[in-house]
Parts: sequence; structure tokens; C-alpha cells
Amino acid sequence: MESPVLRVENFSAHFGEITVLSEVNLAVQHKRVTALMGPSGCGKTTLIRCINRMHELIPDAGVNGKILLHDDDLYKMNPILVRKKIGMVFQRPNPFPTMSIYDNVIAGYTLNGIRIKKNEKDRIVEESLQKAALWEEVKDRLHKKGTFLSGGQQQRLCIARALAMNPDILLMDEPTSALDPKATTHIERLITELKKNVTILLVTHNIAQAGRVSDFTAFLYLGELVEFGTTEKLFTVPEDKRTEEYLSGKFG
Amino acid sequence: MAEGRITFRIIKDVLFKAVVILSSFIMIIPLLLIIFYIIRNGIAVINWDFITSLPKPMGELGGGIANAIVGTIMLICNASVLAIPIGICAGIYLSEHKKGRIPAAVRLCMEILQGIPSIVIGIIAYSWVVVNMGTFSALSGAAALAIMMLPVIVRATEETLKLIPESLREASLALGVPYSRTIIKVIVPAGLTGILTGVLLGVARIAGETAPLLFTAFGSPFMNMNIFKPVDSLPLLIFNYATSPYPEWHAMAWGASFVLVVFVLGLNFFAKVISKKWKVQF
Repeated sequence: MESPVLRVENFSAHFGEITVLSEVNLAVQHKRVTALMGPSGCGKTTLIRCINRMHELIPDAGVNGKILLHDDDLYKMNPILVRKKIGMVFQRPNPFPTMSIYDNVIAGYTLNGIRIKKNEKDRIVEESLQKAALWEEVKDRLHKKGTFLSGGQQQRLCIARALAMNPDILLMDEPTSALDPKATTHIERLITELKKNVTILLVTHNIAQAGRVSDFTAFLYLGELVEFGTTEKLFTVPEDKRTEEYLSGKFG
Repeated sequence: MAEGRITFRIIKDVLFKAVVILSSFIMIIPLLLIIFYIIRNGIAVINWDFITSLPKPMGELGGGIANAIVGTIMLICNASVLAIPIGICAGIYLSEHKKGRIPAAVRLCMEILQGIPSIVIGIIAYSWVVVNMGTFSALSGAAALAIMMLPVIVRATEETLKLIPESLREASLALGVPYSRTIIKVIVPAGLTGILTGVLLGVARIAGETAPLLFTAFGSPFMNMNIFKPVDSLPLLIFNYATSPYPEWHAMAWGASFVLVVFVLGLNFFAKVISKKWKVQF
């Protein structure tokens, strides 16, 4: 097997005195979907926010341990560089309200002041929208505001925006929690399609979703990584009793 | 007995409603009266000549208020140049730092500044600018007006930017956009409508100020485009003409009031239109 894209090593995170993650170890494999599941408040969102260093934006937040992207320690890099290499999609679609669909997709470049030629821009926009399975729906109205799209389309626009930066890894923080079932199916299908080219780390509180789309699953409970393995194994023969209880709906 | 009680309650209800509605109507009456009087007394003198020509010496017929209109525009522009950048930046600072001692202190200062009587601000501008420059000037008037305008802009910017969802900031930061660029290119544009509305309301607020100009801009019957010399302004002209003993000047004061009120109402209306038309949907 190829070496993992991302390794989390003995990683802990806290807000002031409160520990939200303790001693987490995890590896994210190249071009695979890794799901982080667990009940609310188990620290899964905190973990992915640590990976693109958004966690530290909150006052009092702090971390211990290492997160390695390939072989570089993320916490020794400039957070701005980290966030360029690691894309993120949020719980609620958050397209830039003042920008058109086109400008939203290319925003990672324009907002960072990266100058690129018009035809290069066009190419990136089309390619990213196609990867996000949104091109066909919006190609005739690229210069309309992104906020006029439906919730599911907005979320795919946000995925396109993240993909446009060619991230080493795409973090998705419960990307379907604000969407209806139909849009959810659409996004899930997109995720399975995307993993041909992109490494994805997906946070979900939906057990079934983790089962449907992921290759690896990590189960987090009360800030502790209880179990991590292939989705198939974790769902069929979980090693830890807590995993089994969670999967069978005894708590969470 | 029970039935009588319910009837009594219903009557109380109706009475309450009537009082509330009536109060709202009473509140409108002064505004309608103001507009009515100004139109009735002012419209008669309004013509092209009134707006484009300079005042004539007492005794001659005709004359206009061009000097005051130009002066008002000059004062507003200069005050805006002074107040808008500082006001918006301070508003950004306050919206970014909701908690903490320094922001709380800044906020308190803003509130106090807003409460200071305009005549006092005029005196301050006099002692700072006029005394040091040795002459009354448009610049000193603009400085006084800028101080009056500042709290309005700061408050509008702060309140607007506070309402912008955190998710938008995160969207930008997650793309690797540095903090300063996130503020300038994402947060401020999203709140631009609100900020602009605040600026326009700030302008509307200072357009009619007289007291801060009494010992700063001072007034002048001549056309003046030099910011280092005294200028006239509409409120100053109204004050001077209305306190004069001549009926012709009284009529001109009414005319100038008409122009000023139309200008201020127009600004308010424009601000409303902008905040509706360019509303950013999140």
C-alpha cells in the first residue's frame, strides 16, 4: 500500500482546560474516503478543524502532538499554506454571497491575489464544476449569484471551490447535514465519484452514510479514537464493544 | 359575571390598540406640518436663479443661495473624506473584537461622542483648527462635522459586519486567504450595503447641522472653493437670514430650508433604496 497522505500522531486538542481530543492516531490513505463518525460532541469536527488549522482561530484553543501531511508537520507550516493544500467543505453551504458562480469557484485564486490568465481561469472553473457534478446545471448562468442556487447545488459549488485549489486532501464536515435526502444522495454519489482523484476525509454523524461512502472508518467517542479500520471490518466485526453498541444504536 | 368580565377585557384591548395607533399618527403630524410649512413658504422663491446665483446686497431684488449649496457640498465632501475611512476601520475593529476591554472602551467613547452637544464640538474644532490656522475655514467646519458623523458610521459598520455569518469568514480562511484579505475582500463587500447606508445617514445627519459651523465655517456671501477660507452652508444661511429683520431674507431662508429638507429626505430615501436593492442574501 502507498504511504498515507495524512497521519495524525498522538494528537490532542483542548479548549482552555477542557480536553476535546486525546491521543488520536489516524492515517488517511491516498484516493480513499475515510469517515470520522461518532455521536455529537465526540470531537470529530474538532479533529478536522485541527487538520486545516481552523481550530486555533478560537481563543483558548490549543493542541499537542503531530499531524503530518506526507512528511511535513502541519503545525510547523504557515497556516495559510496549510489551508491552501487542504480543502474544506462545511456543514452549511457557504458560497460567497457577493460573487457569481464563476467567481466563487475561482475565489481561492482571486482572494489570494494569484494572477492567472482568463482562459486558464475558464479551464479551472469548468473542470472544477465538472468534478463537482454541477457544470451541466449552471453552465448557462455562470455569472449569476451563487446564492440563488438550491442548497444542494450550493454545497456542490462549495465543493467545486475547494477542488479548484487542487487540494492534497479534501475535508468534509458533515456536508449533507443541512440538505434534504435527495440532495444528500447526490452529494454521496459525488463523493464516491470524487475519490478516483481526491483523498477525502469525511465527518458524519450518520452511521449509514459512513457505511455507504467510505473505505475506512474511524469511530470517535468522547474525544478518544475507539476504533479505526476498513469500513467493511468495522461495520461487520467491530473489535471494541463501544463500536458495536454505537453501530447497533444503543447510544449516540 | 364572567361574561361581563370578558367584555371588559375586550374593551380594554380595543382601547389599548386605539391608543397605540393614535400615538403613531400623532408622531407623524409634526413631520407633515414641517413639510407643509416649508413647501408653502419655500416653494415660492424656488427657481433656477435662486439655486444658481449669489446673494445680492440688501435692497436689491433677487439673488440666490448658490454659495451655500456649494459650501454645503464642500463641507460634506471634506467631512466624509475625514470621517469615512476612520469610521469604517473603527467599525471593522469593533465588529472583529466583540469582547475585551479596549473594544468596550472604544465603544463607550463612541457613545459619549455621539452624545456631546454639537455646539461643543464646534468650539473644539474652533480651538483646534481655527485658532491654529488663524482663520475661519471650510476645513475647520468639515473637521467639526466629521466628528459628528464618526459615531454614526462606526455604529453602522459594526452592526452590519456583526450580522455577517461566521461561516463566510471560515469559507475564506479555509481557502488559505489571509485574515486581512478576508476582511477586505469578503467581509466588507458582504456588508457594503449596510456600511453605505450608514454613511448616507451620517451625511444626512451633518447636512443640517448649524451649531458646529458657527465658529468654524463661519459663513460667507461669496462663492468660495478654497477649503482654507470661510464658506457658507445651507443651515448657516438659514440661521443668518431667519434672524435678520428683512422679510425678503425670511423668504430666502424658507427657500433654503426647502432645498435642505429635500436634500436630506432624498438622502434618506436613497439610503432606503440602496439597502433594499443591493441587499446581500446569505
